[in-house]
Amino acid sequence: MDFFHHLSPTQQFLLASAIKVVCVFAVVMPAVAYSVLAERKVSAMIQDRIGPNRVGFFGIWQPLADGIKTFLKEDFVPAHVRKAYFWLAPMVSMTPALMVLAVIPFGSQLGGEKMVIADLDVGILYTFGIVSLGVYGIVLAGYASNSKYPFLGGIRSSAQMISYEIAMGMSVIPVFLIVGKLNLSQVIQYQAEHGWLVLYAPLSFIIFVIAAFAETNRLPFDLPESEQELVGGYHTEYSSMKFALFFMGEYANMIAASAMMVTLFLGGWTLPVGGLDRPAESIGMGVAHIVIFMVKVAVLMGMFIWVRWMWPRFRYDQLMDLGWRRFLPLALVNIVATAVWLWMVD
Amino acid sequence: MIVKRTKLNFWERLYLPAVAAGIMVTVRHFFKKKVTMQYPEEKWTVPEGYRGAPYLVKDPEGRTKCVSCQLCEFICPPKAIRITPPGPAGSPEAGNVEKAPHEFKIDMLRCIFCGLCQEVCPEEAIFLMKDYSLTGLSREEMVYDKTKLLAMGGVHNDQIWKWKHK
Repeated sequence: MDFFHHLSPTQQFLLASAIKVVCVFAVVMPAVAYSVLAERKVSAMIQDRIGPNRVGFFGIWQPLADGIKTFLKEDFVPAHVRKAYFWLAPMVSMTPALMVLAVIPFGSQLGGEKMVIADLDVGILYTFGIVSLGVYGIVLAGYASNSKYPFLGGIRSSAQMISYEIAMGMSVIPVFLIVGKLNLSQVIQYQAEHGWLVLYAPLSFIIFVIAAFAETNRLPFDLPESEQELVGGYHTEYSSMKFALFFMGEYANMIAASAMMVTLFLGGWTLPVGGLDRPAESIGMGVAHIVIFMVKVAVLMGMFIWVRWMWPRFRYDQLMDLGWRRFLPLALVNIVATAVWLWMVD
Repeated sequence: MIVKRTKLNFWERLYLPAVAAGIMVTVRHFFKKKVTMQYPEEKWTVPEGYRGAPYLVKDPEGRTKCVSCQLCEFICPPKAIRITPPGPAGSPEAGNVEKAPHEFKIDMLRCIFCGLCQEVCPEEAIFLMKDYSLTGLSREEMVYDKTKLLAMGGVHNDQIWKWKHK
């Protein structure tokens, strides 16, 4: 650590941030790969099958085999596509999901270093700004593919994402009314002191969860994809690694959404037992906090996966109806109710 | 027919009963015994009367039952069977028996396992057996010749010993 203390503060900051970025990336990418495996296993179990079990025990190396397969596949670009956008779309859909993770506090402290890549004071605004960029990947893919099914997928995606973005944004306002800060670390701090926010704003949590399903294009809201009607929707024309990027983007988005839910409503890295709700002093406690965070995220990922194999897809008009005529008014009422309640308590 | 669409009541429109039922169904299936068969290790028991690959059979004395009448060759819908008859001289090893084929080939890539060859055979010399997983590394390998067909077919133990006293 001596070498670290000799650096100037800027250098220290840069080095620490770089290490954190690499570590988060190194954890998230395998997590994406293994949530795909988990998805396949859970779906198989629910459908009375066994699922992948050939590559290693319990199919443990299946993600590796899938990765090698997608890299070796022919990267086919149809002649009729708009090339530049066709190349751009997979990148645009993958990147925002990873960028959201930059503001998530995934642990308290480790050797005096805060376990968050960027401790922004406007964390939540940044998140919503970045998350809404994700829709461009899908819309671009639909536009660039220059064929009808991807185009329909793109249209659906834009309409769906916009309507649920609003409900989602409205649903978290009560959280910040209660906490009084936009910084995600402060939100967790508040929850450590007063208990999880899901207890204060259950309606917000429910709306946020449902909107998160719509945002990540997961069933029951996977209308941009709809294998049965749109033959895969926006990624119909994609193959090989470009398709894999969309696929990974979806799972990375799920992880980001789960991490957001954990941070905003489920206490982040805290646990109200055994002094785990204070910033860690020792390395062991710091690691424990990170593990707690990851377990919470994994539980929510499990929920995402389970719901996909449990629920049929909504019809498109039902989806829009639910977004605009149910959740938006509900979220607005929730804001007013929370504000009134806070005013009365005051 | 007009199906009356019943109006859902409030409780039903809330989705919650449906969600609970969905969770129950999925949890029940999650822990259920799985139906997957681990194919190359576990194999399916082939039922009686199954139409698998057609093979030639020998009679209990070890003679080739086929007499090169070529009915199977003519009836075969995908033309998978090709028979070379022994010619006027006859087959030397067949002895005083009707003309056993000089060569008998079945292209297993063409065969559609319809069983017409078995039905049409007047000598009961060809049977569809229980093999369903035929593999090979080349097209040539998948054309089974007389030796192979007889080896795979084995002996057919029927009661009619047609050539016993000839």
